[in-house]
Amino acid sequence: MTLLTDDQRQLQDMARTFLAEEGTIKKQLRHWRGTGCKDGFGHGLWKQFAELGLTGVVIPEDQGGLGLGATEAALVLKEIGRNLTPSPFLTTAVAAAKALEGTAQGERWFPGILAGETVAALAIDEGKHHAPEAVALEARRQGNGFVLNGAKQFVVHGASADLILVAARTAGGVGEREGLTLFAVERGAHSLEVENVNLADSSKAARLAFNDVAVDADAVVGEVDDGWTPLSRALAAGRAGSAAELVGVAAGASDMTVDYLKARRQFGRLIGEFQVLQHRAAHLHSEVEIARAAAWKAAELLDRDAPQAELMVHVAKAKATRSAQLAVQEGVQMHGGIGMTDEHDIGLYMKREAVLGQLWGDWRYHARQVAELSGY
Amino acid sequence: MADLEEFRGEIRAWLEANCPPEMRTRPRSEDDACWGGRKWTFSSDAQRQWLEVMAERGWTVPDWPKDYGGGGLSPAESKILREELRAIGARQPLYSFGISMLGPALLKYGTEEQKCRFLPEIARGEIRWCQGYSEPGAGSDLAGLQTKCEDRGDHWLVNGQKVWTSYADQADWIFCLVRTSTESKQGGISFLLFDMDSPGVSTKPILLISGYSPFCETFFDDVKVPKDQVVGEVNRGWDVAKYLLQHEREMISGMGLGGGGSALLGKQLGQIEDPFLRAEVAAFDIDALAFTAMSEHFMDQLKAGEAHPAMPSMMKYSGTELNKRRHELVMAAGGSDTLEWESERTRGGKPAREWLRTKANSIEGGTSEIQLGIVAKHILRLPGA
Repeated sequence: MTLLTDDQRQLQDMARTFLAEEGTIKKQLRHWRGTGCKDGFGHGLWKQFAELGLTGVVIPEDQGGLGLGATEAALVLKEIGRNLTPSPFLTTAVAAAKALEGTAQGERWFPGILAGETVAALAIDEGKHHAPEAVALEARRQGNGFVLNGAKQFVVHGASADLILVAARTAGGVGEREGLTLFAVERGAHSLEVENVNLADSSKAARLAFNDVAVDADAVVGEVDDGWTPLSRALAAGRAGSAAELVGVAAGASDMTVDYLKARRQFGRLIGEFQVLQHRAAHLHSEVEIARAAAWKAAELLDRDAPQAELMVHVAKAKATRSAQLAVQEGVQMHGGIGMTDEHDIGLYMKREAVLGQLWGDWRYHARQVAELSGY
Repeated sequence: MADLEEFRGEIRAWLEANCPPEMRTRPRSEDDACWGGRKWTFSSDAQRQWLEVMAERGWTVPDWPKDYGGGGLSPAESKILREELRAIGARQPLYSFGISMLGPALLKYGTEEQKCRFLPEIARGEIRWCQGYSEPGAGSDLAGLQTKCEDRGDHWLVNGQKVWTSYADQADWIFCLVRTSTESKQGGISFLLFDMDSPGVSTKPILLISGYSPFCETFFDDVKVPKDQVVGEVNRGWDVAKYLLQHEREMISGMGLGGGGSALLGKQLGQIEDPFLRAEVAAFDIDALAFTAMSEHFMDQLKAGEAHPAMPSMMKYSGTELNKRRHELVMAAGGSDTLEWESERTRGGKPAREWLRTKANSIEGGTSEIQLGIVAKHILRLPGA
């Protein structure tokens, strides 16, 4: 992680101010949770993201976006994490936008994303653990197009999405990267069953059942049988982005906890005076800072298209998850009884970490990738 | 930017012509690294040559001013030099407490005369320094030190004992904390420099659990020291000491992973059959690579003057704890082979001795617990810390 440029600092300040004002737990997460809204996020706020240009952060300039990279996306995501702001930014403006980059489908969907009118989702996993190669959902050629059959789960914002990017198998066997094809499936496609699932953190993910869902040939994103190319672009951006969001979650929980140590009195003194808690808080702070550096380094390598980027994205996602886990666990524990209540915000951080930690691979998945990429 | 790229090109060409091939590897051991000084014997012509050409350009200390033997490089230029050195795998031409610890303190607190006298010798590796801080009764509570330093008019008279003095038996000079007043604990300490050849100085190596003796006990028996060898004000040595400790911690945290070595442990160990160990190694490699990213960021912050003054404590804590973990895993992977203490197969018990050596990492230069306390107080601003 090198130091941020002046432009990046400006963007960071802008995102920080915007989300600290508009994206707060009270205004967004608790509000939408309370209304039982099916999306779990506010479309008004998504529009505001668009007005600030943020929905086009990674979309190329000649297509109307800001043409920036993973680092700038990370700066926004860190603030989203810190405020637990429910928003389709990560799935739509980061992961899906990268999948669509340079494709005809990009031309089709970028204007809606830029306008804050389109929400996109990625449908990859079919089991309870992330396994992007283990795609069994079949796309069979029929007439001028394809017919899709199979099931997906943990499709974040799946029920709210106008566009669902579906990883399907057109060749090869389950577990192979070759023979995957990525399809752009539109909302309301015939014979597509959508079950909207409320997750632990009040965000929504869908389970999808494809029963002979017919799509045109031009629904293919990129090339037939080469879905791995757009998919791995999306996964790299999405994982790096979720690492940054996790860093925000970790920093938010950690700061809240340190503040509590300075406010709560027991035994006639502030609990932050106890060395046992001081050392744990200091260890936690170190871990959060290291996770931040790892996440930024991964983003920077992605932006430079460096060969080590793939490895570092796995490292960043794993490290950010571990640090966020430490932050929320220590956070709840150090808050004591109040930390167990729904009224207090610290528990919301714990729930958000659980979801982000699983998204696009838990830390053990990424640890396994580090070992395999390094040949051990 | 164009100028910088030109600078990079020049450096690259110069290094290509001047860095001996033998010096494009990491030192195999602490002895294989060049420490310089009056008593130093170069282990090879390449080692001598590498030190000489780098010192000639001031690049043993690239960002020190030229007047004091440095390279006078800007932060951006020194960064490029570091990158280019790393790119060819060049080792440090000189390992030196003078560079990593005393130098920065002299630059900040020394008189002009002291800077001109001591810094160029450090830059050229002519004088090897050791650090006289800890005492038998003053470890973590360093300010409790008792080594007595009396004003005898035309000289100081030093009596007392230091312990954990790294390489005192090989050093030429010592920078030493002494008590010049008993009226206040921290306010009675002075920072003194003197020659280890002075009458009354003696050293005794301490045998460690590793079988190595990198540390000594150092005794001062009526040692006379010239009056102009106090750095900073008399009784204000604690300020100098704390400033220097930050630099020591930076150095130790850098060593934590073998000095910026981002080599994956799993790659070093090769195929790991035991799935449990493999998982532990992968978890370690994640932490190690993340820490390497942190170190790079910290170096950038440091050079830009943006680092929090307590950051070295965080780095030292994390880096040393990681290094201990690394060696635990090396021992586990090596199984009973690594227990052989004297055999040829283990090059004299190298794995076990190094494993034991790392246990000192989180003690020397301030224990992990002291570092966590500093982070709690100065970064987190927790009460009463």
